[in-house]
Amino acid sequence: MASWEDGQQRGQQRRRIVTALGATGLLGALGAAAPVLAQSSKLKVGFMLPYTGTYAALGRAIENGFKLYVKEQGGKLGGRELEYFTVDDESEPAKAADNVNKLIKRDNVDVIVGTVHSGVQMAIVKAARDNNTLLIIPNAGVDEATGPLCAPNIFRVSFSNSQPGLAMGIVAALKGYKTAVTITWKYAAGEQSIGGFKESFEKGGGKVIKELFVPFPTVEFQALLTEIAALKPSCVYTFFAGGGAVKFVKDYAAAGLKEKIPLLGAGFLTDGTLEAQGAAAEGVLTTLHYADNLKTPRNTAFRLAYAKSYDSKADVYAVQGYDSAQLLGIGLRAVNGDMSQRALLFRAMAAAEIDSPRGKITLSPSHNVVQDFYLRQVQNGENNSIGLAAKALSDPARGCTMG
Amino acid sequence: MDIQVFLIQVLNSVQYGLLLFLVASGLTLIFGIMGVINLAHGSFYMLGAYAAFVLSSLTGSLFWALVLGTVLAVAFGYLLEWAFFSFLYRRDHLQQVLLTYGLILVFEELRSIAVGDDVHGVPVPAALSASIPLGSTMSYPIYNLFISAACLVVGALLFLLLRRTRLGMMIRAGASNREVTRSLGIDINFVFRVVFALGVALAAFAGMVNAPASSVYPGMGNQVLIVCFVVVVIGGIGSVSGALVAALLIGFIDTFGKVFLPDYSGMLVYLLMAVILVWRPEGLFRQRAA
Repeated sequence: MASWEDGQQRGQQRRRIVTALGATGLLGALGAAAPVLAQSSKLKVGFMLPYTGTYAALGRAIENGFKLYVKEQGGKLGGRELEYFTVDDESEPAKAADNVNKLIKRDNVDVIVGTVHSGVQMAIVKAARDNNTLLIIPNAGVDEATGPLCAPNIFRVSFSNSQPGLAMGIVAALKGYKTAVTITWKYAAGEQSIGGFKESFEKGGGKVIKELFVPFPTVEFQALLTEIAALKPSCVYTFFAGGGAVKFVKDYAAAGLKEKIPLLGAGFLTDGTLEAQGAAAEGVLTTLHYADNLKTPRNTAFRLAYAKSYDSKADVYAVQGYDSAQLLGIGLRAVNGDMSQRALLFRAMAAAEIDSPRGKITLSPSHNVVQDFYLRQVQNGENNSIGLAAKALSDPARGCTMG
Repeated sequence: MDIQVFLIQVLNSVQYGLLLFLVASGLTLIFGIMGVINLAHGSFYMLGAYAAFVLSSLTGSLFWALVLGTVLAVAFGYLLEWAFFSFLYRRDHLQQVLLTYGLILVFEELRSIAVGDDVHGVPVPAALSASIPLGSTMSYPIYNLFISAACLVVGALLFLLLRRTRLGMMIRAGASNREVTRSLGIDINFVFRVVFALGVALAAFAGMVNAPASSVYPGMGNQVLIVCFVVVVIGGIGSVSGALVAALLIGFIDTFGKVFLPDYSGMLVYLLMAVILVWRPEGLFRQRAA
């Protein structure tokens, strides 16, 4: 008959065996890791991007663009091979600090490339400043990153949230629209985009009569579309991206507003979403630093290479990922792959002239992109550039104490 | 606001509420009758939407996509219950939460592998693509009216099933007292399997029918899930009529909240839930299977 003491003994035995196995396993793992730790000639690139959730397609496009450039350079940047680490940030600001610390503390990456969501970006920017890690922002336009929180080790190759809005406000005022209603998600990217539009639209003589917000990331717009119809503005300016952009454009058209009140948007409204939006998007005007049909040899070659490698059409996010790799490459070439020469590395990157598929771009003193903004219209399922909305637009970078 | 705009907003509220009802009815049945907290319910909505996308591309017709999709959803729910959920009935809620949360992650990954992460649209069938002009600037798409009608029809069928059929009687009996029902010779496991399949089919059908009006994107199930739980809590766990009332209530509060209190519209629904929990913790309607 089994007794309590027998049970205790068996338990103790089991515990000893498990501990022994565990210790052996741990030593084995360390032993396997030792040679890897010794050889650190590979440059560690940490992707912090959304791989799930409403921005998942954007995250993938950025990573694809980045890796395409590396492939074109023969798999090396500045003579160094790259080792990739990825963290899925799920576009969740609440988890952002933990996620970025995984890359910095656990994986010891040399450079962080990320991210898409402006709320998440704030945590990454703070961590990069605290740890002096090189950060290349491939999308998130949160103004603070190249504003009050700017730093020598933080670079952005995409845009700042207010830039597309500033460009569209100029266009709207020139077109003679007198009143506008804005609608967007209530978070950093939406508010800053609207802020840019309002600034240049009102400077040009227009008036924003109402600013409408929906909580992020809800996509129930019916109530507010009815309100827009009741307010009857001359035009509507909006910022949405990803799944929300598809639904908004479709809802706007279904409510019969598209013919009555012109829809103007930041380019993300129609980038990567045209196939899903279908006929609802035809004729919508947007401003962005990229357009699919830019007839330059650089853009044509890029789009072809991207289509061949990934069997899908390149969009602005792919371009931004591609340019992130270009910027890193320029820096690494200047220091011959030696990341310890921080001052020279940052100086080379800050002075970089990047031959981007969107055109030649440079960086402002606050490390944000100075670039042309194209006015695009959706024609036959493509974002076609119909002219320049603004030339060499730099963001005001209020609060940045660099340069 | 003038009377015309007010009426349109009422229409918006009812439409949103009916759609919520459709998704939440499945959740409340599963929760009330089987006692299982099913966090994966939002995933069934998402799977339904993606199924509509895939099937309508394959068959070229939304109607056939709906039919095929519903059949597939019932079969899928039946299998899922047999494979996973039948183990959960006697377990505590924490284990149910863990399993169903794991299912959410698995379904999202499978969807990512199978269809990718891009945002998709489902075309509205030509017969339903017109809009009714309401006032000088706005028009109301007929397809949205079709969605509301579909929700009402399905809701009516559900009531008929639960109130007027033998199966419905067995379901309600099983919810009241599982052991006595079994001792009367009724195969309670079969009944539960049917209820679960029904719940999955309701959520998937809602996703399918709403796909042309909405968009199909990763993570779309998560928002729906949270609001559905609020509907179930407010309406009373296990009560389908409670789910209907609660869903319509939420539809109104959400719609008019966005117009009158835009800064707080995100919170209003949850404030309502908190008030109900304090005033009547078991929900507006007591726990009865409809």
